[in-house]
Amino acid sequence: MERNPLRRQLQMMRKSFFDQGYLDDQFVQLEELQDEANPNFVEEVVTLYYRDSSRLILSIEQALERKPFDFNKLDAYMHQFKGSSSSIGAKKVKAESTLFREYCKSGNKEGCMRCFQQLKKEYATLRKKLEAYFQLARQAGPMETACRPK
Amino acid sequence: MKFSCGRGAMSITSSSAAWKPTDVVADQFPAGLRVLVVDDDPTCLMILEKMLRTCLYEVTKCNRAETALSILRENKNGFDIVISDVHMPDMDGFKLLEHIGLEMDLPVIMMSADDGKHVVMKGVTHGACDYLIKPVRIEALKNIWQHVVRKRKNEWKDFEQSGSVEEGDRQPKQSEDADYSSSANEGNWRGSKKRKDDEEETDERDDTSTLKKPRVVWSVELHQQFVAAVNQLGIDKAVPKKILELMNVPGLTRENVASHLQKYRLYLRRLSGVSQHQSNLNPPFISPQDSTFGPLSSLNGLDLQALAATGQLPTQSFARLQAAGLGRPTAKSSIPMTLVDQRNIFSFENPKLRFGEGQQQQQHMNNKQQINLLNGIPTNMEPRQLASLQHGGQSIGNMNMQVASHGAQNNQNNSLLMQMGQPQSRGQILGDTTVSHSPRRPSSMGQPILSNGMAANVASRNGIPETIGATSYNPVSQATSTLNFPMNHASELPGNSFPLGSTPGISSFSSKGTFQEDVSSEIKGSGGFMPSYVKFNDLSQHKPQNWELQNVGMTFNFPQHSSSLQSNLMQSVLVQQGSSGQMNGHNRSSAVVSRAMFSAGDIKEHGNAQNVNQHLNNLVDNIIRVKSEGVFDTSPGNLFPVHFGQEDLMGALLKQQDSIAPTENEFDFDGYSKDNIPV
Repeated sequence: MERNPLRRQLQMMRKSFFDQGYLDDQFVQLEELQDEANPNFVEEVVTLYYRDSSRLILSIEQALERKPFDFNKLDAYMHQFKGSSSSIGAKKVKAESTLFREYCKSGNKEGCMRCFQQLKKEYATLRKKLEAYFQLARQAGPMETACRPK
Repeated sequence: MKFSCGRGAMSITSSSAAWKPTDVVADQFPAGLRVLVVDDDPTCLMILEKMLRTCLYEVTKCNRAETALSILRENKNGFDIVISDVHMPDMDGFKLLEHIGLEMDLPVIMMSADDGKHVVMKGVTHGACDYLIKPVRIEALKNIWQHVVRKRKNEWKDFEQSGSVEEGDRQPKQSEDADYSSSANEGNWRGSKKRKDDEEETDERDDTSTLKKPRVVWSVELHQQFVAAVNQLGIDKAVPKKILELMNVPGLTRENVASHLQKYRLYLRRLSGVSQHQSNLNPPFISPQDSTFGPLSSLNGLDLQALAATGQLPTQSFARLQAAGLGRPTAKSSIPMTLVDQRNIFSFENPKLRFGEGQQQQQHMNNKQQINLLNGIPTNMEPRQLASLQHGGQSIGNMNMQVASHGAQNNQNNSLLMQMGQPQSRGQILGDTTVSHSPRRPSSMGQPILSNGMAANVASRNGIPETIGATSYNPVSQATSTLNFPMNHASELPGNSFPLGSTPGISSFSSKGTFQEDVSSEIKGSGGFMPSYVKFNDLSQHKPQNWELQNVGMTFNFPQHSSSLQSNLMQSVLVQQGSSGQMNGHNRSSAVVSRAMFSAGDIKEHGNAQNVNQHLNNLVDNIIRVKSEGVFDTSPGNLFPVHFGQEDLMGALLKQQDSIAPTENEFDFDGYSKDNIPV
């Protein structure tokens, strides 16, 4: 058990991400890649993800407003977005992406739009949580090796 | 699980460091595996890179397929395996896969978040050696080295079974498995790879009894036979067994034919998507980026003829070149094609030539021819001309003849020559201005070689980013064969018709193509490609005295990973020029560039391909600098990266030629004159 209160808090926060399904094992893969040579690897990757995927989100939004509706294009965007999200372990975001693609394949415009709204919510929520997490991590100092969630 | 070794692994990334045989890292195998990872998603790319480094691999990442291709083309022997995403904006991952398989013959792993059965199947049919589902876990990456080992093992096995068509004195297959770590010469990856590539060359080996299985060399002649057989049977009904029977070549196995057929099919498939600019017979090289192979093939044929006509080019060398182009290391340099054969080649229909491999061969030959051209090209040939020469592969026929006499042989000029034989298409890019210049050569030759800026591409295969128009097909040697005659790959060079036709002197420009050739020839020591080149050199009466002059104008930019085609072109051109000089080995001094180019070959002879490569790389750099000075004193080892076997170089050359038709890197061959080419 971490003696340092900040670290303990950090650990609990992290655990909750897994328990609540925000993150999956892929995130642990990232943590395991972090080492002395790249002490902030996870944060860097997540930052890069949010920066890059925001472009995609914008493109999708624009495509959703366009007429006629281009399902193929939307599907392509979402495929990209899903790949990105899954690589950082964003579980809920990934699930919404999969759902969105289903709607695209079945040509369900309403479904797409609803799903996208939900996706954006999850995307934003995760972002906030991770930002808080990284901030706390910086305050808490270097952490022990990540342990896998049960 | 933490990979603490990751930190230490960083040192491995210095792959470009000169590799010495003594740097045995066999124990660390598969550490040091050189991986190229391609993905347009920056997040994934970052993660993959970190994972691969943690596995102690040497990683190079890029986010565009075109960039990846140019990197690969520039460093023919610089990588062991490629990992690529399926969905990319600039090029379909499967298309990239095809390119790589045909040109470099490297194992490719596909990745995608898409795990649908049909997508995975597509990967299989396109020749991917594995398919990973995203998100990729590090465990999946730890074992990718198996694909490299397996591939090499199969190649050797193939060779062993079929026996070398060209040479029969190959040692029995050595146990590749153990080789990686216990090779007599080198234990690390590069060593084994290099060894593999250099199989064919005995000169490189200290003792000929090294167990290197020679690969089947798909010489021009052989390929012609193959294509004839396929056409006779009908592409749909062409099965390896029947083709083998029709070809009736002793020593050739069904497996050889089968793998060659597979590549040919891929090549044709690519072609079908490309518009043909011209009739098969004289397909100009140029053409749109997706130039069809057809033009190339014709070029090749022409080149061969030209070469044959000149009688300078040993048929064997052509064969070698071709073989190289096909990606098969030419066994010993002694694969000269008889001139007669060469002529025969021409008689073949272009379609045959179209085959990427054939093209490669052609290119190879072309390169040679070009080289000759260059040799013969009067000093006053301007780079442009050369470039046009290259492009003008079309007119090669004419040119080659003459050029060949110049001893184009290995020089890149050869490629130019070759190109010259094939007029027109090339002209597109260059606008064939240069062609007309060579006083010695009949103006007829002066086909719009230049037009194709591609020529430059051709020459600078290595240097020029493959992306040049990335025309359709880069049949360039699968991986090693130096045959990458860009010339042959019309597709590669958009509109790269090598306007060699015009002046022999111009041959140098076929730069792209020639370069490769030269390189390969130089590298002879290394890969056995060279022999042919070397021969050419001998044949050519004209040493590349003109090289210097020619090179002077050319900005030789021989970056390992040059991004701009132009620079590549220049490089290649320069290289060619220089190489031609080198080819002979006597003319070192003459062509700065060529020297550099050839140095690679020399280096190889010294037995250390890797070093050669290193040297080459250095050389290239030097060349660029020297260029301005007009005199390049290249040390043999600088020019080509050691990693490149001769074949690789050839391939690179070819590739360059092919890639001359770049989409992005439009070469403006006029700009070939160094002025425009960014270094």
